[in-house]
Amino acid sequence: MRYLTDRKRVDGLGSAKTGTAHFWAMKTSSVALLLLIPLFVFMFGAMLGKPHDQVVAFFSRPLPAIVVALTLIVGFEHFKSGVHVLIEDYVHGMAQKIWIIAMTCLSYAAMAVGLFAIAKIAL
Amino acid sequence: MAETKKPARPLSPHLTIYRPQLTSISSILTRITGNALLVGALLVVWWFVAAATSPEYFAFADAVITSWLGDLIMFGSLWAVWYHTLAGVRHLIWDNAIGLELATAHKLGWAVVYGSFGLTAVSALIILAL
Repeated sequence: MRYLTDRKRVDGLGSAKTGTAHFWAMKTSSVALLLLIPLFVFMFGAMLGKPHDQVVAFFSRPLPAIVVALTLIVGFEHFKSGVHVLIEDYVHGMAQKIWIIAMTCLSYAAMAVGLFAIAKIAL
Repeated sequence: MAETKKPARPLSPHLTIYRPQLTSISSILTRITGNALLVGALLVVWWFVAAATSPEYFAFADAVITSWLGDLIMFGSLWAVWYHTLAGVRHLIWDNAIGLELATAHKLGWAVVYGSFGLTAVSALIILAL
């Protein structure tokens, strides 16, 4: 163990160097969602409240099924990164870690459950 | 690890000390809408799971989401998604160091607010007609 203070140990090393990747991930997913969200809103909106056979027939078609799958993947990925920053701003210490892990798990779980559902409907 | 004592430093003024402004409120709303959309998103995922399960279960989930409370959440989510989308576009513009002047930033702020109301009304009418 060297006689270094915490400050001296990190001085000059810059940031943890993952901020740029996070920023870029948010930027690319937001541009993708700019196209996906309007498509999804009108496809889902049109089918909400419709009979079951009509809903299944519509989401069995290639374009609606692919739009739903992509929106689930990109949307929950975007949410995962966004809620991460929200938690970092307001929760600290051990609670912060628990919340980030919990919301990451929830994001991927919801994504997977949704993808399973649309796959079952479409195939 | 060297022992570090946290000195009692003065804190910068808290958020609550400032007068609410269009720029701050429209920024905070971006975060609120984005994270609140989780509720609507989980309901939508549940709706798809129900559609994949059985006609009976779908009828139940669809009835819940089109109940008055479900309609309220879906209509709120519709506004939230348009607001968050427009506010996101504003960030994509700002990322290029464009539109950061106070006057332009204010115009963009109002464009996001009124744009979200407009898009919500128009899209809700289109969805009702579909």
